[in-house]
Amino acid sequence: MKEIICIVCPNGCRLQVDEAADYAVSGHKCPRGKTYGREELTNPVRTLTSTVRIEGAAYPRLPVKTDHPIPKAKISAVMAQLDAILARSPVKRGDIIAENIADSGANLVACRDL
Amino acid sequence: MKAQLAIIGGGPAGLAAAIAAHEAGVRDILILERDRECGGILNQCIHNGFGLHYFGEELTGPEYAGRFIDMLKDTSVRVLSDTMALDLTPERVIHTVNTAEGYMQIEAGAVILAMGCRERTRGAISIPGTRAAGIFTAGAAQRYVNIEGYMVGKRVVVLGSGDIGLIMSRRLTLEGAEVLACVELMPYSSGLTRNIVQCLEDFGIPLYLSHTVTDIRGKNRVEGVTVSRVDENRRPIPGTEMIFDCDTLLLSVGLIPENELSKQAGIILDPRTNGPEVYENMECSIPGIFACGNVVQVHDLVDFVSEEAQLAGRSAAEFLQKGSKPAGRLITLTGGSDVSYTLPQKIRFDAMPDRIKLSFRVRRSFGESKIILRAGDAILASFKRSHMAPGEMERVTLPKKLLNEVSGNEIILEVKEA
Repeated sequence: MKEIICIVCPNGCRLQVDEAADYAVSGHKCPRGKTYGREELTNPVRTLTSTVRIEGAAYPRLPVKTDHPIPKAKISAVMAQLDAILARSPVKRGDIIAENIADSGANLVACRDL
Repeated sequence: MKAQLAIIGGGPAGLAAAIAAHEAGVRDILILERDRECGGILNQCIHNGFGLHYFGEELTGPEYAGRFIDMLKDTSVRVLSDTMALDLTPERVIHTVNTAEGYMQIEAGAVILAMGCRERTRGAISIPGTRAAGIFTAGAAQRYVNIEGYMVGKRVVVLGSGDIGLIMSRRLTLEGAEVLACVELMPYSSGLTRNIVQCLEDFGIPLYLSHTVTDIRGKNRVEGVTVSRVDENRRPIPGTEMIFDCDTLLLSVGLIPENELSKQAGIILDPRTNGPEVYENMECSIPGIFACGNVVQVHDLVDFVSEEAQLAGRSAAEFLQKGSKPAGRLITLTGGSDVSYTLPQKIRFDAMPDRIKLSFRVRRSFGESKIILRAGDAILASFKRSHMAPGEMERVTLPKKLLNEVSGNEIILEVKEA
């Protein structure tokens, strides 16, 4: 039995995950907690947020995120690729900046109009 | 210049208040924003976790702000950006200045205060040591890194485990810095639990509870800091010093509601929140002036800022359409010994809707516990909680019908271990 804190939302539920019982989760307030508890012990994932350079905009950095959570082990590979990206203004919120970034299975999308 | 409704601040509170007032039928709404665009601090909060309550999905700060800015486009709300509000009078005249129009006076039918808060600085907590470069508030560092594109340092110690400090610990690590430690004076973190997990534990950053920075070394640039354990009175214990060789110290040591304008107008402030005292509809002690968001109480979640701001927006609309609320029976809400503050401070019974939300914070951590609403010896309601912490704002709903049977005019909100 492992006790972890759910990070899906700010509630921060204290989950008990039973590895011996096919990763059965208890202590969750919502179904997302159940999924999180299981995944955190089998294949932990995180949504990565960062910035890339942008040209011709009011500011030099464009906030970006992976459009869905990626394996934790992929985070440094994605971060390394961001340095090479240069976006050009105008960019719309939700625009894809890079597809399947670092083979993470996720697209990198813009988080604001800039 | 005249405006039916003037909103000071175009951050999350000002935006949601403007949209709610517009929906309630006010057409002449003016937002005064000192930055070059709306969105406030959300624009630099590029991490995700915003919007789960309000939009039912997880958004980054710029996305959350962007959605509200988009909603504004379909309204007649005007935004005066790059505009600083200098003064506010009790007659609801706002003195402003900007580079395009110069000095202006804006006469408003109603005013909503949505100025947010600012960070406490090194001066506020009096850390000894040299005045070297490399000491930043966490929010200033966040702006440098996320918007301006400057890295603030390579080896970093973070003092304070508030959410911004935690978020910046992760951010700087991802950008290649080494975050050596997060140091917290109190025996608990004031940040959200999920942020301790995903910002510190994910990256193996140690959290030193009951510790503080007792010295800063370095001539031109920070060269190191001394961290000491503190006793139960928060005094450093000699002999417990740890030396960290670092070039940067980030401070995440609390937020202060920004109420200079409120003070100038003569609005009564609550020393517990450092924000205006408000009635059940977010109206301040001066009729026609409302307040919402971090200027009233420092929130953890922007979703609740939006909700509070919508209430202020609707209330300002009602004031403009129907005039002041009748005074009538006035009920005060106060907190018990383990409650650091309660909001709203005052409830006008006659004007109160069927139910209102009360918010508060506890002074210490609680496990299985109960929130009790009491009037004299009579218990009005009690609510169970499995866990409460000072870092997490608590909210309960108070139905009006509970107050019908109450004879006194004081409600006390208490917390107790179950």
